[in-house]
Amino acid sequence: MAPNVDSKLSQLISSFPILHQMSDVKSSAPRTMLEKIWNQHVVHAPEQGPSILYIDLHLVHEVTSPQAFEGLRMNGRQIRRPESTIATPDHNVPTSDRSLPIADPISRKQIDTLRENCKEFGVTLFDIDDVRQGIVHVIGPENGYTQPGMTIVCGDSHTATHGAFGSLAFGIGTSEVEHVLATQTLRQFKPKTFELRVDGELAPGVTAKDMVLYLIGKIGTAGGTGYVLEYTGDCIRALSMEERMTVCNMSIEAGARAGMIAPDQITFDYLRGRPEVPQDFDAAVQRWKHLGSDEGAAYDLSNTYRGGDIEPQVTWGTNPGQVRSISALVPMPSDFDDPTEQKSTSDALEYMGLTANTPIHDIPIQRVFIGSCTNARIEDLRAAASVLNGHHVSGDVNAMVVPGSGQVKKQAEQEGLDRIFKKAGFDWREAGCSMCLAMNPDKLEPGERCASTSNRNFEGRQGKGGRTHLVSPAMAAAAAVKGHFVDIRQWDYKAAE
Amino acid sequence: MISDISDWLNGYWVPDGGKPAWIIQPNLHSTKPDNMQSFTIHSGVVATLDRANVDTDQIIPKQFLKRIERTGFGQYLFYDWRFLDDGTTPNTDFELNQPHLDGASVLIARKNFGSGSSREHAVWALDDYGFRAVIAPSFADIFFNNCFKNGVLPIVLDEAQIDEIFERASQPSPYQLTVDLKEQTVKDSDGLNLTFEIDQSRKHNLLHGLDDIAETLQHEEKITAYEEARAW
Repeated sequence: MAPNVDSKLSQLISSFPILHQMSDVKSSAPRTMLEKIWNQHVVHAPEQGPSILYIDLHLVHEVTSPQAFEGLRMNGRQIRRPESTIATPDHNVPTSDRSLPIADPISRKQIDTLRENCKEFGVTLFDIDDVRQGIVHVIGPENGYTQPGMTIVCGDSHTATHGAFGSLAFGIGTSEVEHVLATQTLRQFKPKTFELRVDGELAPGVTAKDMVLYLIGKIGTAGGTGYVLEYTGDCIRALSMEERMTVCNMSIEAGARAGMIAPDQITFDYLRGRPEVPQDFDAAVQRWKHLGSDEGAAYDLSNTYRGGDIEPQVTWGTNPGQVRSISALVPMPSDFDDPTEQKSTSDALEYMGLTANTPIHDIPIQRVFIGSCTNARIEDLRAAASVLNGHHVSGDVNAMVVPGSGQVKKQAEQEGLDRIFKKAGFDWREAGCSMCLAMNPDKLEPGERCASTSNRNFEGRQGKGGRTHLVSPAMAAAAAVKGHFVDIRQWDYKAAE
Repeated sequence: MISDISDWLNGYWVPDGGKPAWIIQPNLHSTKPDNMQSFTIHSGVVATLDRANVDTDQIIPKQFLKRIERTGFGQYLFYDWRFLDDGTTPNTDFELNQPHLDGASVLIARKNFGSGSSREHAVWALDDYGFRAVIAPSFADIFFNNCFKNGVLPIVLDEAQIDEIFERASQPSPYQLTVDLKEQTVKDSDGLNLTFEIDQSRKHNLLHGLDDIAETLQHEEKITAYEEARAW
């Protein structure tokens, strides 16, 4: 094709997003993964203001949806694509015996409301008696709903998790939930891109959780505001899908609505055979292979780190950016130059009941929580169980494991992990969000200190007055055994019984 | 959207640089599903919250997220900070409980306000308590977006300007600011005159209290065409 015809065709195509999406014409400029997915989903791009972006998958849970369904009802609107919408109760559900009615009448009402709404509007619901029930960010991937190249939203900030598959996935508010239900689209401004490159390898005992906590510590809790994070580099490529989900999950803790990792053979191998993947899987893989950012694509911002620099991490404060290595000391306010940081540090130390310069590994804990959309998948439970094997929790420690879904629980039981946890003195629970946010009966008492595999150490997050330290599953298990934090790299692993 | 005459009746006159304006008060007891109230100009007492990274868990703790309504969250705003452990006695150390801040409707805070959870309940709580505008050096993305869906105006000013407002509001007496969305200004009665940036489409929707869904549905043909072009 003559160059002038080609450029005219490109011009024509770019003015019609649908043609752009359908065409095989490659833009000559290298593009980021975000740009590719974004362009494929633009329904309407006005000269000024947000674009209308098509949404492929909408995940719904009981807490942020009732007002959205009510809005539809009040305006006589329907769900545009119920087949692209799936729901499950997760935030509120008790993790104790499922055969009993839910004791809290307000929680029960919210879960009943979800049931009624799903029935009325024709939405698939994985209810609490379904093995596929679980944390919405665990069940989407494990059932193959989450796929590369998709736009995925949910009224939950940890929707970023799904970006591990090379999708654009982000949390939305309830008004936007209603907007997606009614229109299958969202009005969005195109975010900027921020590449976080991690080269090299992680040291033995250092996990994806440590990596993401380290990165948040480096860029801060607002470092990613306005950006989509794309994680690149050898260290990222070496991660399993579940580890990639842990990393992307916490993108929001760095302020970014979404985090992404380009799909590769690890992604395709994870998805193959899952119930909801495309029937012609090989053809889908051929499409997905080209989603990753092109060589030389320009990011708005780019930082590089070395995997070998990362040690096991423990948060000491009241936001996830207040984090240090296990070998470090609790900081002093004067360690920071910025007066706002100094005040945040002294406020956090007071709330956390910590003295500056205390070695992190000397901090005693009373509770341990292994669970959440960050770290409640089968690999997380295996990692914790291998630490616990042949050990028992320290005398005064109260420890619990809450699998991310009914299917994770079932698989763990098939592998005998439940027996290791129970023998070590852990409570073995039903699936749900549980003490990550303590909306259900699982919560900390005032002043209790918890080693938690969840994602937020905000004041009162796990119960009013509760003190949360975020760690990896292996670090949480080791802290349960010793009653204080320890360096997992020196752990005495016992041979399997 | 001002669809109810009682909203007009709840309004009051405020002189703004010699040009009086009729200020519409939000109807705090409204049960209307349409929360998209307009924002034009607002004068009100400033409440200062000298904290950074105020997360949505603090703005509205999780135990209050079980309601299935959009209304009634104001009583739980900043609950764990506002009340002592009994949950009912006001904590006199908490900034918002100072007597001269009764009826405050403009909140000013430090950087990264509204971080964490996507819960729109945080904006519903601020709105229901009576806040019409929040001013900070930076906001978390989801919270910022949620504000516009509810007619609450988030205003970004730089750190030095925020410091100036904190300084001016430091006396134990009510300090008033007038926020004019049309002019994109924040002013006081003593010479403070700041301008702020806002996306023009967001400004337009806020000034007119427009509903996003109705607007998007004006492009329904394009959505249908897009769906037809996609092979499901």
